[in-house]
Amino acid sequence: MHNQDTLMGNLQGLGLRMLTQFASSDVADRLKIRKPIETMLYQGSKTGFQLATKAARVFSKKSTSDAATRLPSQTRNNLFDLSLSEEQQMTRDSLSRFAKEVIRPAAHDADEAHAIPAALQAQAAELGLMYYAIPEALGGAATEDSLVTQMLALEDLSHGDFSLTAAIYASVSVANVLTRYGTAAQQQQYLPAFIDEAKPTIASIACNEPVAVFDPQNLKTTAKLVDSNYVLNGEKSLVLLAADSELFIVSAQLDGKPALFIVESGLTGLTLSDEPAMGLKAAKTARLHFDNVYTPKENLLSDANYREFLDLGALASCATAVGTAQAVLEYVTQYANDRVAFGEPISHRQGVAFLIADMAIEVDSMRLLTWSACSLAEAGKPFHREAHLARILCAEKAMKIGTDGVQILGGHGYTKEHPVERWYRDLRSIAITQNAICL
Amino acid sequence: MNLEVPKKFAMLVEQAHQVALNVYRPISRKYDKSEHAYPKELDMLASLLDGMNAGGENASGATSATGGTSDANNTRIKNGSNMSTALGIMELCWGDVGFLLAMPRQGLGNAAIGAVANAEQLKRFDGIWAAMAITEPGTGSDSAAIRTTAVKDGDDYILNGEKIYVTSGERAGAIVVWATLDKNVGRAAIKSFVVERGTPGMEVSRLEHKLGIKSSDTAAITFTDCRVPAANLLGSPEVDVQKGFAGVMQTFDNTRPLVAAMAVGVTKASLDLTRELLKDHLSADYDHLPINASYIEATLNRLEAEWEAARLLTLKAAWMADNKQPNSMEASIAKAKAGRTANEVTLKCIELCGSLGYSEIDLLEKWGRDSKILDIFEGTQQIQLLIVARRLLNKSSSELK
Repeated sequence: MHNQDTLMGNLQGLGLRMLTQFASSDVADRLKIRKPIETMLYQGSKTGFQLATKAARVFSKKSTSDAATRLPSQTRNNLFDLSLSEEQQMTRDSLSRFAKEVIRPAAHDADEAHAIPAALQAQAAELGLMYYAIPEALGGAATEDSLVTQMLALEDLSHGDFSLTAAIYASVSVANVLTRYGTAAQQQQYLPAFIDEAKPTIASIACNEPVAVFDPQNLKTTAKLVDSNYVLNGEKSLVLLAADSELFIVSAQLDGKPALFIVESGLTGLTLSDEPAMGLKAAKTARLHFDNVYTPKENLLSDANYREFLDLGALASCATAVGTAQAVLEYVTQYANDRVAFGEPISHRQGVAFLIADMAIEVDSMRLLTWSACSLAEAGKPFHREAHLARILCAEKAMKIGTDGVQILGGHGYTKEHPVERWYRDLRSIAITQNAICL
Repeated sequence: MNLEVPKKFAMLVEQAHQVALNVYRPISRKYDKSEHAYPKELDMLASLLDGMNAGGENASGATSATGGTSDANNTRIKNGSNMSTALGIMELCWGDVGFLLAMPRQGLGNAAIGAVANAEQLKRFDGIWAAMAITEPGTGSDSAAIRTTAVKDGDDYILNGEKIYVTSGERAGAIVVWATLDKNVGRAAIKSFVVERGTPGMEVSRLEHKLGIKSSDTAAITFTDCRVPAANLLGSPEVDVQKGFAGVMQTFDNTRPLVAAMAVGVTKASLDLTRELLKDHLSADYDHLPINASYIEATLNRLEAEWEAARLLTLKAAWMADNKQPNSMEASIAKAKAGRTANEVTLKCIELCGSLGYSEIDLLEKWGRDSKILDIFEGTQQIQLLIVARRLLNKSSSELK
């Protein structure tokens, strides 16, 4: 077992080394990225955790005539280029280490306990991912859309574990949605709570519905304007961290079209029931029931681009699938070399080796489609087709990699001695859950 | 990060597309039906393609001076001739794979000369059309086991043996022949020789009748006491067991992404025509998830996703080569993915289009036959998987056979 104190010490050490390295780089000033990374590293170096309290949060309503704060698209080199920026590489290095040293060791027990440990959730908050989601003007550190960096973060975190990553990213996803689509009043009312130092808010997106052929363009959950409120009715399935969340983004059919609403927890008529699933266990999936739930009419995300929202949710899923698929590949590569049968490592057999080669080919396929769509999105270019192709490919290949991962370990892979059975269950969710997380 | 094709290649891509559309497509069926007839229309084109390749090199030359304006990290990133060549091939094979293979002066032998010839040889063989002769009747993928011999005799080598599957073997001006200096030494003794057409002792014994790519001739060639100047040996004449096969095999790192590009091109041809034929049965804008779409639409979108993956993997392998990153595994990944994708997609498109796909009235059935070779030559699917697996698992060819 890892000693948490030592571990945090190490991670802080890493942060300080990175800070020193980065502060001496003149690249930082020219690229105007010193501020976000400094903020992230500052947050990451603080010690101790604040455990969640049960006190309900009051999101004070703001009235403002300001325009909403939007993150500008990134300008970029017009050459085909698969290399990462210095900032992206530093973020990757830091998150990869967190995934390896903190997330992976916690994953088995979190799956068994059907919960993300509070300490881990607090540690993850200290990583400062939220600062990429929230504009500088609203207390975060983002000065431009960092969609690709977030995509890489998901890939790296889910290399540690899929469902813990989903749990960690639920709140960041809601912050992303509010930054992208919230009005100025909505942003000022809700976003500061996400970087509340004492107790950052937990929030989640509720989009899936428990119906046989779910169509996100034709929702069964309905919203109707009654005086100064929208009245919501229906059910949402597989909502991550629903019991812990203080805030939800809810999709519902309004005047014949899908729309997105901000819904605070604790409203009359809003109840939840446990909905444990095949996987995603650390994210404590639950079903939300809406029985004449009144949410103020100001809580409609009137600026939302619903199709883009769906695409960005799909791409978050894809990035998470890429990271876990890469983890499966690396795990079975090691295993096939260690495991001896008939007098030699099983990796000497084409029947085994070819499955592993196929995994490598398809992980890279998944990654390139996801990178392609996300880099277009970050640059403010149309990316709907690319996102659609990425989600189709990732849904299929991720599950194939998941099942081959168990197959290569044989009976051992079928037990909880190895993580492949957990990844098998988690990767099944890729084609199922929509917008559980969002870039 | 940016995975779009840069604007500077737009003109080259458009030129190649126009050739594919206006030169290749109109005569595609004609030469499919008359195998072994020489497609004389290609002679006019050969010089144009030379010009296009030169344009690509010029473009890559400009990159190093002006590339990377927005990100200080990326000032040295290049999009050069590996990428422009792959892009050109994709477009031309959207027109017809057989014609691309049959293009004068674009043979695999030219790639081999380009990869391993010395300065004197490069000059002497400049402008020649060179075919490549590796495979023998008894050695398919196992190219280390070739039996054609080369014996030093004064200032010459004397070649004896039989080669098969020599693309454009009868049409080319020279053949790059793989032969062994010593059968007992194995890979390290295998060298390649440029044998010019008309050299006594070299004879085309047969032209194959094939499933597809019929406009590209495939020759069997015998060598009987064929005397070749020692100056025509490519690379070092020494048998260096340490270096082994590397000299001849490094050719493949350059050519595999190009075969992948061929596969990407023919796959796109099938997808485009299928979308056109089925347009009344498809929604236009990728709005339906597989479970909400018709079988046809879900299938076609899935195939397009596979194509997109093959395309990006190919561009990645080319991009790495342009930026001097070792890309042996990525070249094999691209070849494996693109080869199997081309075969799956072209065959599935025939199925989706029913008798419109299967009949010779349109070209879908032809592409379904042409695509099969792309999962076989320059290393079969299974050979690519072996290469990738050995690399991932850190295994030698004697451990993972």
